[in-house]
Amino acid sequence: MGTGRKRRLHFSKIYSFKCGKNTFDDDHSQIGGPGFSRVVYCNETGVSEVATQSYADNYVRSTKYTPMTFLPKSLFEQFRRVANFYFLVTGIMAFTPLAPYSAGSAILPLIIVIGATMVKEGIEDWQRQQQDHEVNNRKVKVHGGRGVFESREWKKLRVGDVVKVEKDQFFPADLLLLSSSYEDAVCYVETMNLDGETNLKLKQSLDATSSINDDSNFNDFKATVKCEDPNASLYTFVGTMEFQEQQYALSPQQLLLRDSKLRNTDYIYGAVIFTGHDTKVIQNSTDAPSKRSGIERRMDSIIYFLFLILFLIAFLGSIYFGIVTKDDLDGDRMKRWYLGPDRSEIFFDPKRAPVAAIYHFLTALMLYSYLIPISLYVSIEIVKVLQTVFINNDIHMYYEVADKPAHARTSNLTEELGQIDTILSDKTGTLTCNSMEFIKCSVAGTAYGRGVTEVERAMAKRTGSPLIVNGRDQLLDDANDSDSTLAVKGYNFEDERITNGYWIHEPHSNVIQKFFRLLAICHTAIPDVDEETGKVTYEAESPDEAAFVIAARELGFEFYKRTQTTVSFMEFDPIFKRKVERTYELLNVLEFNSARKRMSVIVRDQDGKLLLLCKGADSVMFDRLAKNGRQFEEATKEHVHDYADAGLRTLILAYRELSEDEYKEFNEKFIEAKNSVSADRDDLIDETTEEIEKDLILLGATAVEDKLQKGVPECIDKLAQAGIKIWVLTGDKMETAINVGFACSLLRQGMKQIIVTLESPEIIAAQKAGEKNAIAKVSKDSVKKQILAGKAQLDASSSDPYALIIDGKSLAYALHDDIKNTFLELAVGCASVICCRSSPKQKALVTRLVKEGTGKTTLAIGDGANDVGMLQEADIGIGISGVEGMQAVMSSDIAIAQFRFLERLLLVHGHWCYRRISSMICYFFYKNIAFGTTVFLYEAYASFSGQPAYNDWYLSLYNVFFTSLPAIALGVFDQDVSARFCLKFPLLYQEGVQNTLFRWRRIFGWMLNGLASGVVIFFLCIRALDPESYRKNGKTAGMEVVGATIYTCVVWVVNCQMALAVSYFTLIQHIFIWGGIVLWYIFLLAYGAMPVNFSTTAYKVFLETLAPSPSYWFVTLFVSIAALIPYYCYKAVQMRFFPAYHGMIQWIRYEGHTDDPEYVNMVRQRSIRTTTVGFTARSIARDNNLYHLNLERQASAR
Amino acid sequence: MDALPRPKLKSKKPKYSRFTQQELPAWKPILTPGWVIASFVAVAILFIPAGLLCLSASERVVEIIDRYDDECLPDSYSNKGDSFIQSKDTNKTCVRTMKVPKKMTAPVFIYYQLDNFYQNHRRYVKSRSDKQLRDPGFADETRDCKPEDNLHGDENEPIIPCGLVAWSLFNDTYILSKGNKVLDINKKDIAWKSDTEIKFGSDVYPKNFQKGELIGGGELDETKPLSEQEDLIVWMRTAALPNFRKLYGKINSDLEANETITIVIQNNYNTYEFGGEKRIVLSTMSWIGGKNDFFGIAFLTIGGICLFMAINFILLYVCKPRPLGDPSYLSWNRNPSGQ
Repeated sequence: MGTGRKRRLHFSKIYSFKCGKNTFDDDHSQIGGPGFSRVVYCNETGVSEVATQSYADNYVRSTKYTPMTFLPKSLFEQFRRVANFYFLVTGIMAFTPLAPYSAGSAILPLIIVIGATMVKEGIEDWQRQQQDHEVNNRKVKVHGGRGVFESREWKKLRVGDVVKVEKDQFFPADLLLLSSSYEDAVCYVETMNLDGETNLKLKQSLDATSSINDDSNFNDFKATVKCEDPNASLYTFVGTMEFQEQQYALSPQQLLLRDSKLRNTDYIYGAVIFTGHDTKVIQNSTDAPSKRSGIERRMDSIIYFLFLILFLIAFLGSIYFGIVTKDDLDGDRMKRWYLGPDRSEIFFDPKRAPVAAIYHFLTALMLYSYLIPISLYVSIEIVKVLQTVFINNDIHMYYEVADKPAHARTSNLTEELGQIDTILSDKTGTLTCNSMEFIKCSVAGTAYGRGVTEVERAMAKRTGSPLIVNGRDQLLDDANDSDSTLAVKGYNFEDERITNGYWIHEPHSNVIQKFFRLLAICHTAIPDVDEETGKVTYEAESPDEAAFVIAARELGFEFYKRTQTTVSFMEFDPIFKRKVERTYELLNVLEFNSARKRMSVIVRDQDGKLLLLCKGADSVMFDRLAKNGRQFEEATKEHVHDYADAGLRTLILAYRELSEDEYKEFNEKFIEAKNSVSADRDDLIDETTEEIEKDLILLGATAVEDKLQKGVPECIDKLAQAGIKIWVLTGDKMETAINVGFACSLLRQGMKQIIVTLESPEIIAAQKAGEKNAIAKVSKDSVKKQILAGKAQLDASSSDPYALIIDGKSLAYALHDDIKNTFLELAVGCASVICCRSSPKQKALVTRLVKEGTGKTTLAIGDGANDVGMLQEADIGIGISGVEGMQAVMSSDIAIAQFRFLERLLLVHGHWCYRRISSMICYFFYKNIAFGTTVFLYEAYASFSGQPAYNDWYLSLYNVFFTSLPAIALGVFDQDVSARFCLKFPLLYQEGVQNTLFRWRRIFGWMLNGLASGVVIFFLCIRALDPESYRKNGKTAGMEVVGATIYTCVVWVVNCQMALAVSYFTLIQHIFIWGGIVLWYIFLLAYGAMPVNFSTTAYKVFLETLAPSPSYWFVTLFVSIAALIPYYCYKAVQMRFFPAYHGMIQWIRYEGHTDDPEYVNMVRQRSIRTTTVGFTARSIARDNNLYHLNLERQASAR
Repeated sequence: MDALPRPKLKSKKPKYSRFTQQELPAWKPILTPGWVIASFVAVAILFIPAGLLCLSASERVVEIIDRYDDECLPDSYSNKGDSFIQSKDTNKTCVRTMKVPKKMTAPVFIYYQLDNFYQNHRRYVKSRSDKQLRDPGFADETRDCKPEDNLHGDENEPIIPCGLVAWSLFNDTYILSKGNKVLDINKKDIAWKSDTEIKFGSDVYPKNFQKGELIGGGELDETKPLSEQEDLIVWMRTAALPNFRKLYGKINSDLEANETITIVIQNNYNTYEFGGEKRIVLSTMSWIGGKNDFFGIAFLTIGGICLFMAINFILLYVCKPRPLGDPSYLSWNRNPSGQ
């Protein structure tokens, strides 16, 4: 630490928080008792070795498996799937004489299938392990004895170690803060990874240890901490420290949590209290809920259905088998004597026919297992992994600025992306960039600033008027993509009246000066001066605060230094024409909180004048103005209203001069309040500050733009055209939310707004007067009334678009069990829904309400930790991998860098994936039913004795080799229409939402097709080959010939069927489809060439008996054609006369009308309902209005 | 400083390739009227001549079938076929005559045809030992052959060939004569080469065969190796379906039209108990095999269907041109609920 403790600040004095001095309370008496048994010997390397042996080390594992547990655990996971378990059971039973085929052939496919899945699991887990490895091998400085700190890996940390964490590093474990680079041992902590809050939190160590702030001091530092056992509560901590033979109480104020980051502080020293899995954050992490897609759930029920069929036909076969078996022996008289019924083993014994039938039932269950597609699960998994590879590699979803491609974190939900009915979106950071730009201000009743906001641009688009604003329009359009074209991040202010020092020529230049001084002083940001360039950057608690300080800097009030008691800035002095330094003595900071909605500082300027500078929301500020401070009130109010209308965040700035006596009185009260330990301490502080923040003099207002992300309005428009509903759930206040709603065309003029709120005067009055229960009752009644009224309004004229806007407090009541369904009906009926001021939990509840109430697929998109609940609750959670923490991304299913990529993700990838998976599953059922039918029919001809016509290995390799690859190719590569058309005809997306490709009708259609194919194949084959000779040499067809021929036909038919179903033939499709057929012949050759005791009935079957026979080839030819004719006719008619939406687009493409606007519009406007949201709808609505207006005018003119 | 994220050395931008961007060149077929009609016509053009070809081939085949199981049953035993066949005293010889309808050019193949005989029954199919048939060293490999595994249950006396399949060997015999001249029946080469050369050993001799309490079917010459017992080999290629033909032998001389063939049948094989039928079949061969009209009919039918469909589609496309973009064609447009 060369620079050492350059900033020795005592922030603890100016802030109002409780610090340093903890008192013992009830909780501390529990120490040593159950739940509070942890003892940590700090810095006693020798002793702690022994004492902390029982505590976990700091190795953190997020993997599902270890090398030891991988095999049993993953096997267990595999066999939890009912189909896999069934195949395991049949595989085991294959070793008994019951089996209709050899054990090896039954087990091999299962091994391949399970093996492939396990390899996939293994690779995924290995990747997780790599991440763990990276985290666990991060280095931190640890006290190694004699005051020397050495670098050590995180995983080697032990409980009791003293570590030194430097600026911008993460804490490696839960630490007890001992001291920091600040003299009063405070430090700033960023907890974004824990709670998503971006503001910095202040922590402070005990006074007793605050002086141990140098490496060498730790040589003889010893302390014993006794505290609670590891638990998941982030905000509590109970413990005591014994230091220098004194007991000190510890509180959360001293605890630094793992995964949070040290900010604005050069270094801290801390003692490790909880390590590894004992840390609060890891205790807190819940396993992500495992999500399954709707298609997979339906697929499961189809598999159960197939099981039912399987059991049914096995049962029927067994009854028949039992009867004929019993019939074989009539007393001493045998019927089918060649079966030796009188000397039979149990499986065929006519004397015990019922038992034989039961055994046969088991055999049949094994034999008909080919109805169940064993490779379906693994194929789906392979397909989905490849689909996610495509998503990850999509160049159109790569965000250059942040260098972030899309990242699908879970692979099992890709097809859900094509079925989204409702999108629930966060606002900040998702729709907006969370980058604030100082864009306008109103000072002394004059509005300044000519920047064009996104909202204004959207509105201009709406009204169709060209934007004529100082020619920056074009530039801004380009600048949208990245802020790099803006000269200064967070600053987009343009007004030649003010910039470059011209403000002094304005009429109220003194007010302007005060205004900007206030901006430069009244904040909690910390400057960071680059020593080489002299440029100042700021670290602020929130982006708007940073925007203010930056604005002040750019306008000539450069805040550059903060000490514990002073704030200094450079100001351009208009009189001396040079920069002068001004230093204000900082006396108090009255912080911002959501109740106060304002913050103030009390400073003493260079002339010794005491000033209270205050900035806050308009709702609280205008009431606090002095009588003589309202000079500009009217003009400012108007400007503030305009700004809010334009979607800007506004703050009112005001100040007040204090007299010494007044301040003295306040300060005494304030200190007393701060030091009070009673429960109502916060109220006391608020009360004290309330008294001083009054009689303010208005300076003006600021307007900060919460910038929309690029392409958001366009994306929302596309999604709305695709019939997807978009709800915005935000923590922001109603006005902001409505502003953003306007900006992204979710709201528009002419849309009727149903606003549900508890801000009405009578409710507020009731709240002030009544006690809790009464308030709740009144509020609930009010919400209920408003919802019912809204619903009545909606029912009355359902054709008009409505927008529902509800605030968090009302939402809490609206989500009560008795109202929530009515609320849902109302919300579903509205075109747009905006929930403002909603808590993370409410977001999750709303998501659940939509998901469960409508039964439709929901998607939640968000970027912050407050969206985690929503992301996990929704069917699909999309995380924005933006600037905020990784928490949302870590709990999301798919991470994208920008909201606008959602358009491509859903309309292109979602649509494709949905289509591919559903087609693939249908095809799987088709091919297995076709095959299973032939097996079953053959059984009927073998008196249900359980004898397959096919060689064991034909049977077992059917699913694995000859037919699965084309299905996988379909699942990975098929496209009904290209990406361009997916985007051009967004309505295509409705195919997924309405599940047209995986509805029962289609599934059963495919199953029926399979049944028909199987029947055609079987009967044509057996009739063609038996009983006459099938060859010129007079030999007749035995079982091996008939079996191989039927099998050949099945392979041909299912592969050609695939070729008919595919609409996108790449080389890969050709290779897999025709390759599947060729592979069968190759297999037949190779298998036939193997030694006879392995190949058994297949020995030389192809070369000797099949290939030289023309009838074999003829049968293959006409059976394949005959089996495909029905589907071909169906498809030809359907495609021509009843084309589905994708079919129509294919026609348009084929006929070359893609650029013919008439055609395109005709197809595009096939709408299930008129689109009511998005700017297209907006312009249509406007056109309609104009049209009606014209009509009226014409009428009145006459 | 290790805890800080390392500077990114390379961009994470996905590499562009037509494969990863899913823009591979592709053939996007669509069932246009042209395609549909052309494909149907093509199949029809291909299949109808093929069908005629097969039919004419089948037409040229001369086939004589004679069912003899009931005819060879003396009247006194009618409905008591089983006691007739089981009795050692009854005369099983039976004489049948048949007339050659058309000239049969050599070789004329002689088949026996069984009905309702489940050679494909699982118990039956499995009851054999391929190893034993192939290799004298595996003579005692009779695990799967129960109950015809060992003579009197003695493990040192394995039955060769063991199992139900061999045990139930067909044992009717036919002597054919034309006028007074006995026709020479060639029993060589009636089995597949892979059987005589590989699957049945030339040094494996029958042993203990048909020596048990129950006699099944035919007996074997213990001096001839299995590879030369072609009747057995043919029998042991189990049939796929319960009615089947198996090759009995060949006559290497022509049979003229209207000649009368006398067949002396030793009616030994018991099909009466399970109600099976027995036939003797004399047939010539064409390039496609025996007399089988099915190929021709199948080709013609499918070809005809295709032609029919082609005509239908032509009419459909001509009479009812599709108005593109009629919203009623959007199936899910009609019921917004989608179900």
